[in-house]
Amino acid sequence: MSQRIENMTQQNADTSTPTRHQFDSGAEFRGLETRGAHAWFGSHHALADVSLRFPERTVTGLIGPSGCGKSTFIRLLNRMHEFIPSAAMAGEVLLNGSDIYDPSEDPAAIRLKIGMVFQKPNPFPAMTIRENVLAGIKLAHLKRDNHDDIVEQCLTRAGLWKEVKDRLGASGGSLSGGQQQRLCIARSLAVEPQVLLMDEPCSALDPSSTLRIEETIKDLAEKITVVIVTHNMQQASRVSDFCAFFLTDGGPGYLVEADATRKIFTNPTDSRTADYVQGKFG
Amino acid sequence: MNSVSTSDQYPGIEPLRPWAITRQARLKNLFRSFVFAFVAFVVTIITPLANIDGWAVAFLLINVAWVVGQTSRSGSKERRDAVLRVVFTSLAVLAFVPWMSIFVTVLLKGYRAIYPGYFFSDMRTSTPEDEFNIGGAGHAIVGSLIMVTIATLITLPLGILSGIYLTEVRGRLTFLVRFIVQSMAGVPSVVAGLFIFTTVVQPMGKYSGLAGGLALAVLMLPTVSRTAEEVLKLVPDDLRSAGYALGARQWRTAIMVVLPTVKSGLITAGILGVARVIGETAPLLLTSLNTNGFVWNPVGGTVASLPTYIFSMFMYGTEYSSSRAWTGSLVLLALVFGFFVLARRLGATAVQKVKTDSRKARKLKNRS
Repeated sequence: MSQRIENMTQQNADTSTPTRHQFDSGAEFRGLETRGAHAWFGSHHALADVSLRFPERTVTGLIGPSGCGKSTFIRLLNRMHEFIPSAAMAGEVLLNGSDIYDPSEDPAAIRLKIGMVFQKPNPFPAMTIRENVLAGIKLAHLKRDNHDDIVEQCLTRAGLWKEVKDRLGASGGSLSGGQQQRLCIARSLAVEPQVLLMDEPCSALDPSSTLRIEETIKDLAEKITVVIVTHNMQQASRVSDFCAFFLTDGGPGYLVEADATRKIFTNPTDSRTADYVQGKFG
Repeated sequence: MNSVSTSDQYPGIEPLRPWAITRQARLKNLFRSFVFAFVAFVVTIITPLANIDGWAVAFLLINVAWVVGQTSRSGSKERRDAVLRVVFTSLAVLAFVPWMSIFVTVLLKGYRAIYPGYFFSDMRTSTPEDEFNIGGAGHAIVGSLIMVTIATLITLPLGILSGIYLTEVRGRLTFLVRFIVQSMAGVPSVVAGLFIFTTVVQPMGKYSGLAGGLALAVLMLPTVSRTAEEVLKLVPDDLRSAGYALGARQWRTAIMVVLPTVKSGLITAGILGVARVIGETAPLLLTSLNTNGFVWNPVGGTVASLPTYIFSMFMYGTEYSSSRAWTGSLVLLALVFGFFVLARRLGATAVQKVKTDSRKARKLKNRS
């Protein structure tokens, strides 16, 4: 498995077995990383031993059939997992080399650095479009004085500015589904996260909205790290630089293979990956 | 916008509603109802069925008979559907009857004593038998409003906080808090009055509006906090997750995201509480008692209130005093109604206002 991680990150190509020491000196590694991550819901072992690296300014697609733990994994990455009362975890999740599950870490501060966009668009219904974009700044008590610039910039980056610039005072709920999702992306960007996690952001959207959001993701990757869960193989191949394939055999979900997207889709190491991306199962 | 362009681009095409009942059919239905009502009236004259209830039974039976006859050629499913529609409509009307009965009675008996003075005068210099234009219930209205305001100021924050505790914090005491709130709802109102009598009235050595307000608060709290909890439960978890994912702490999410989302529901919770206690008499007899003049000071001794005013006027027992009591009931109903209207107004969120404003603006643009 370590082999695959190396392939994926395309670093340390000369060392065949990364040692503990090497990981510790990983301060050079910028981005998000998991080491031996497990997740449980009560006694149900949902995810087993996932070690993955998400290098800075890349898009990583998480693919795999339903119930293989992708969503659990992505929620583990910004400590949203712990909101489920029976949840438990093991292993490490490192952001720029420091463990986000360290007891001294503040989960709210972590989530400020690692934003999340959900499957279902969830703009705040009691707020206007403008207030929605600025919601994170107000919620987290951030000090910003150029609110107008932030609104325009974030909406532009989310590909929504042109459509809503004349009605920023309208309710966030008055937008169409695709627009709402882009509003949610703009809202996540306003707090300037280092990583953006997206849990099937396009599953409820029509093809043109999906395309807009994919373009948005590509633009975002010039500045931040994006992790996206998707059931759509074409989408994974279109937007991601790296792909990680998850699978379950009835037990906990596990990582089968992680590599550059082109390799996953053309010449995967594991035959199950090949079957999945070609649509033979799942 | 669309309708405007339609008439330009597609001449001769009009928006239609083929599913709606036509005007002609509606008139026909109305006419038939009148005929049935008249037939039912005739039935009450020539048969043992009498009075309004007898008429209602006859009217229902005629309607059912007509529906059965009308659907005789269609299948049993259609017939069952039609008969059930008549039955359920009459049940709905039946549920409406007590409400109408109370309202009409209060209106008919209460309108006689309504003079402007009723709202602005008190009973210091007049007796209950005086003409209606002398004296009034202004002091009772003021007293009721003061005490209900005190109760609301105490219970609305408490109720919302306990709702937040039960739905957002979900701490270890959730079960205990919910249990206490539920059992508080079962406290008889006179017990609440006795409780405040021993804890407030006796130590202070006098009856007061504050004591009355506190007694009402005891009764109001379970209603407000139960409603607040139910309302807060309606907020989808998605919104909370969105708040947390933006790096917000729990209390910030609760205050900035969850509460504004259900603002109108929380105001309704407050109004339901007010409606619950504004007519309470027993606890006020033990805490604020009654008086004949205006009292603006909540700790300045006995205070009149609408329920105690109504009670004492009925107790007096003369024709004029009873009429004053009926008018007091009418004012009480009007107050509750007024609170509901006010709540609707306040509940309309800023976002909704902006929306309607922009809609208006768009309409104007279209016209020009």
